Parts: sequence; C-alpha cells; structure tokens
Amino acid sequence: MGELLRTPAENKSVGQWLLDNIVTLIFVAFTLFGFFVSDNVSLPFFLSELSSRIFRNSFLVLSLIIPVLAGLGLNFGIVIGAMSGQIAISIVRYFELGGISGLLYAFVIAFFVAALCGYFTGLLYNKTRGQEMIASLIVGYFANGIYQFLFLFVVGVIIAVPATHPMIKPDGIGIRMTVDLVPVKSGGLKYALDDIWTMPFVYALLVIAVGIIIFTIARYWFNEKRGEGYRNNRRSAAGNILLGLALAAVSLYSIAAETSLLMVRRVPVVTGLLILALCIFTVLITKTKLGQDFRSAGFNQHVSQVSGINVDQTRIIATVISTVLAAWGQIIYLQNMGTLNTYNAHTQIGMFSVASLLVGGASTSNANIKNAIFGTILFNSMFIMSPEIGQSLFGQALLGEYFRTFMVYGVIGLALGLYVWKALKQSKAAALKED
Amino acid sequence: MAEINSGSLSYKIKDTVAAIGMPTIIIAAFWLLTLVSGFFVGISMSALLSDTIKRAGMNGILVLAMVPAIQSGTGPNFALPIGIVCGLFAMVCSIEAGASGFGWLALSLAITIPLAALVGYGYGKLMNAVKGSEMTIATYTGFSVVALMCLAWLMLPFKNPKMGWFIGKGLRETIQLDAVGAAQILNNIMAFSIGDIIIPTGLLLIFGFFCLLVWFFFRSRLGIGISAGGINPKFAQATGLDIDRNRVYANMLSTVLGAVGIIVYSQSFGYAQLYTAPLMMAFPAVAAVLIGGATASRAKVSHVIIGVLLFQGLLTTALPVANEIFAGTDLSEIMRMIIQNGIILYALTQVKGGAK
Repeated sequence: MGELLRTPAENKSVGQWLLDNIVTLIFVAFTLFGFFVSDNVSLPFFLSELSSRIFRNSFLVLSLIIPVLAGLGLNFGIVIGAMSGQIAISIVRYFELGGISGLLYAFVIAFFVAALCGYFTGLLYNKTRGQEMIASLIVGYFANGIYQFLFLFVVGVIIAVPATHPMIKPDGIGIRMTVDLVPVKSGGLKYALDDIWTMPFVYALLVIAVGIIIFTIARYWFNEKRGEGYRNNRRSAAGNILLGLALAAVSLYSIAAETSLLMVRRVPVVTGLLILALCIFTVLITKTKLGQDFRSAGFNQHVSQVSGINVDQTRIIATVISTVLAAWGQIIYLQNMGTLNTYNAHTQIGMFSVASLLVGGASTSNANIKNAIFGTILFNSMFIMSPEIGQSLFGQALLGEYFRTFMVYGVIGLALGLYVWKALKQSKAAALKED
Repeated sequence: MAEINSGSLSYKIKDTVAAIGMPTIIIAAFWLLTLVSGFFVGISMSALLSDTIKRAGMNGILVLAMVPAIQSGTGPNFALPIGIVCGLFAMVCSIEAGASGFGWLALSLAITIPLAALVGYGYGKLMNAVKGSEMTIATYTGFSVVALMCLAWLMLPFKNPKMGWFIGKGLRETIQLDAVGAAQILNNIMAFSIGDIIIPTGLLLIFGFFCLLVWFFFRSRLGIGISAGGINPKFAQATGLDIDRNRVYANMLSTVLGAVGIIVYSQSFGYAQLYTAPLMMAFPAVAAVLIGGATASRAKVSHVIIGVLLFQGLLTTALPVANEIFAGTDLSEIMRMIIQNGIILYALTQVKGGAK
C-alpha cells in the first residue's frame, strides 16, 4: 500500500509505476467495477463477508512472509502446514476435546507435527535450490498423497478405530469427507476462538482507525527522537493518518446516524489480536540476529556462507516457522468454518494465500505485512464480487466462478513472470554496462 | 581374487543402475511386485496387459511432448495443458462443423496443428522472457489458460446439440465421441487379439509414427541445434546458433504434440473432457518421462516409451490389485499421487546450480 500511496513522480515515470503495481491495480479496478455493475450486493453483506474472510485468512497469508525474506520465494508448501493443522484438529476432534482447552491442544499438536514436516520440507528446498517454488508446489501435491494415505488407510486399517465414531466412515476405515466440528457449547471447536470475545463491526473499525493513527504518529516521533528521521516518509505517514481519519469518520458517523453498517456481522477480537501478534512477531524477528540471517541468506547465499552464516540451517528454520504458522492459521480458519472438509480444505490454501500476497504488491523476493493485509482485503473483495459480476453481466454465476479461478492463476503467473522478466532485463543492462 | 571379482561385480551393478536410472528400476520392480501379487489373488493377467498397452498408447504422445521442451533446455513442459486445450478446441470445432468418423479426425488434426503451432510460438516467446524460472511460470501459465478456456467453453456460441447441455448455455463437461462415430476410431484399425490380449494396432502405429518423427527430428540440423542449445547454451551461442529461436521451435513442437496427443487420447477414451479436466494433465506426463530415465535437462524417445509403459502399467495393475487386497480403500489413486509427485521432486533435486 505504501507503494500505492507514494506519488509516481518521485523517481519513476508513470508507466514504470503502472508496471510495478499492475497486479494490484487490476484487482482494485475489478472490485470497483463489480460494485458498479451488480445491484444486489448490499454494503453490509459485502462487509460482513469480507471481514469474516479477512479474519479467517490473514494468518495464513502472513505465514508466507518469512520464507520470502529468506530467499525461498513464495512457499506454496504451506499446504503441508495446513495439513498438519488438520491432523491436529482431527486428533482433538477424535478425542472430543472441545472449547478453548481443545483449541490449545490443537495448537500444541499442530506445532509438533508442522515443525517436523517443515524440517523435511526445508531439507528438500535446500536440495532444490533455485527451483524452490515449483518444488514447493509439487511437494504440496506429494504430501497430499501421504495425507490421504494417513486419513483413508492408516486410520482404520492400521490404527483400529470404532466405526460408530461420528468422524469415521460407516465401514470403519478412513475419516469422513466432512467432519462436523460441533459448536463449543456441545463440546466442540466451532468458533472456539472467534466467540471468546466479539465486538460490533463499527467499533472495531474505530479501534483500528485509532490504532493506525497512534501507530503512525508514534513511529514518526520515535524515529525523529532517535535521530533516524531519514526513515520517515512524510507522504506515506500523511496517507496513513488520512486513512485512519477517514475510517474513524465513517465509523463515528455510522454509530451516530445508525446507518446500515450497524448490521454488519460482529468481529472476533481474539482472532484479530492473534493476527496482530503475528504481525508484531514478523516485524520483531527481522530485527534479531536470525532475522538478519534470513535477509542476508535471501540476498546472497554465497556471501552469507562465507561470512559465517549457516545458510542451510537458516533456510530450514524459515521453512519450519512458515509451516508452523500455516498450521495454526489453518486451525483458525477451520474453527471459523465449523466443518472440516477433510480432503479439500487444504488443497487451495497455498494458491489463494500466495495470490493474496502478490495482489498486495509483494514479489518473489520482497514481502511485508502491508502487502499481506492489503492483499488479503483486495483478494477477498474480488472473491466475493466475482460471482456477482458473472450473475449481473451474463446471468450466470458459474461464469464468475470460472473467472475467479482464472484471476487466481493469472495473478500468480503474471506477478512471477513480470518479476523474472524485470530481473533478467536488469541483469542484461548490468552486463552491458560492464562491457 | 574373490575380493577383486566381487568388487568389479559391484561396480558393474553400480554402472548398470546408473545407466538405467534408479527411478526406472524402482518403478519396474514395484510394477513386477504388483503383477505377481495380482497373479496370486487371481486377477486376469491378459486383461491387465491389454489395458496397459491401450493406456500406454493413449498417453504416449502426451508424454512425447516433453522431449522437445526438455531437450531445448526449457525443462519439462509443465504448460502441456496449453497444447491440450488447442486439441480440445479443434475437436469441438470439428464436431460443430458436422464432421464424423475419419473426416472428424482429419479435420481435428488439420485445425489443431496450425493452431497449436501458433500458440506454441507465443508460449515459446514467453519462456524466453522468463529464463531461469520456466517451470513455475509454465505451470501457472498452463493453469491460467485452462481457467480462461473454462470461460470460453461456457460462452462460445457453439450450436451443435451433441455438445450442449440439455438446458442452459455452454458446452458439456464431457462430450461423447460416439455421437460422431469417432470413439476408438484409431484403436480399431487392424486391431487383433493374441489369446485374450487385445492389440490396438492403429493406436500403437500412430504413437510409433510420432516417436519416429521426433527421433528423426532430433537427428536433423535443427534438432541437433536445439539439443546443443539445451546442453550448453553459451557454447551453442558461440558457435552461431540462435538459442532463443531454437527454444521457440522446440516449444512449438511440444505444444503441437500435446494437441495431437489429446486427440489420440480422447478418441481412445471415447470422450473429450473439457473445463478443468486438462488442469493436472501435465504432471503424469512429466512423471512418465522421468520414470523412463529422463532428467529435467535430458530426454530421449526411448525414455518416453519405457516411461509410459512402466507408469501406465503400474497404474493399471495397481487399481484392481489394491482393490482386491485392501477392499474399500482407494489406494491406487493415493499411490499415483505419491509416485507421480515423488518422481518429479526427485528430478528437481537433480537440477544443478541455482543458488544465488
């Protein structure tokens, strides 16, 4: 978003700026177009959908940032994390552990499963240097085979389970296609995290707006005080404050005038706090020794190795962190969904999360929290609007769904392609200069 | 003496293993194992062999499409779906034009070859623009094209009732080729049976024909140039070869083979599968050529023939055997996923260089 708010005249031409932000701009244009053509999407409906999707998906998207910093590119392998999360959820569900304690058990189990899987994935990435992205995609498919083997065969044939258990298929072999996670009141996991504390949407908006303003001012002030004023970007700070003020104005107006925004679904506060905690964690880790190692390994592996960094180990740690975070993200996702689609819930996660991050303006070698959050908002807006556009323009919602799939694949292909193309052009230009 | 002998023997074994390739040996052994266990649980061997031959012939040309792409240095053609949708589009147009039987087949090929060559040209240009990350970008280009064609299948104004839904607009997900008298049309040419084993002669002949074509191509001036560019681009460039142009030609050939491959596949299958069916079709083809002994940078026609026989043989055998031994589970599909993707991962670990 910082990229967007900065004016193009700074040091680049308008054309260059358009090229740099093409993916983001396509999505903004598409969503606005959607609002323009479809009449049957009311704002409260849209915002309800959007906010629940943001709280459901942000954690997963954020889990992609650390591997990007460590030079591993976009880790499609987070599906392995998602599967680990689902294994944890299944174990918890099988033993009928519910509520917050059940959720904590799930987090702990997921941690160990995901750390182990992440370690092996990391080893693989070290063996497939330079091809990590395609390897991460394929390893996701590979792991899906093992996951199915575990859930369709090992459970029932090797581990004896009672066929009467609601999770197990009637013939006693394998886990059902869909597993109901049961509301917390009946001892399950559904909304176990979300329902701890909810807050009306407009109030949450106000809190976020105030948060943005305070954060921007505080950062500006601290930088000035420490004599690091050069870090401050007046335009971006002003933009952030304006954004905060606008959001605050909208929410205050809605509260005062009792507009339709009051009908928007309530917001899960604890989930939001967890997402915030992950944001803070991601920022803090870049300031530690480990975070610096990530960055230098991402920048140049040979130089880092020579200067005493264990590059292989650093890359493995980055993969493990990403996998564990994705596992937790999937648990957050599933407790919100309320049902576990045992064999489908994880398959698209990698693709959608990567697309979200890229839409937010990230690239293979650079990603930050702003990219993740902004991308999640924009990507999910497109996701909600797409069938509506298909419906209102062509009378077929299916068309919109196919279009949505096209956008997901197309965005990933386009963003990666443009990145490589630009890098090749730069290296050619550099080679010419040397001559 | 004995020590030296056993030493040289172990070297011999190592050499043979290295020559054939570890993945090939493992998969072959696994196939034999399933065949033997299938024999003991009483599954008809002749049916298994018939199916294996038929499926190898069906998939053969799709696997063959990997050879030019790999040889040119672009890596396995993960964008095979691009060629596949060209083939599907030609088949659909041919039905729309009212052709049937061999006329349908001829018209489909006549439409698809120039179309796929044209599309392949663009794809080749794209691959030249993204050198170094071809595989990832090829995968997503293939995915995007399939998704885009989903829109096209739904929106293009085809009128023939043999292809439409009974209600609503758009083409059906699977189109029966029976309706135009084209199901198994190639398989049935001169088909005969040895005992219970059915030999689809026409199918095998056409697969053999394309194998020979590619084999001869890589002995032509252009073919050798393409291989040279794949082995050592800088050296080839220095000797005056136009690497970029050669890569484009190789990808055109690969796309055309993909398009022809799906037509041969569909006629044998009896259905043309539209919409998301082509999405994942590149991966089994890549896996097959790798199982045959190819690497991500070198492939031969012999790798295609061995690979497609072994991989399809294993898949055809595993299904009934697994169903017989472990009733009520879908082990063969799981096995396919693990083997197919495992072999691709193994090949990726063998790709040299890449560290920044």
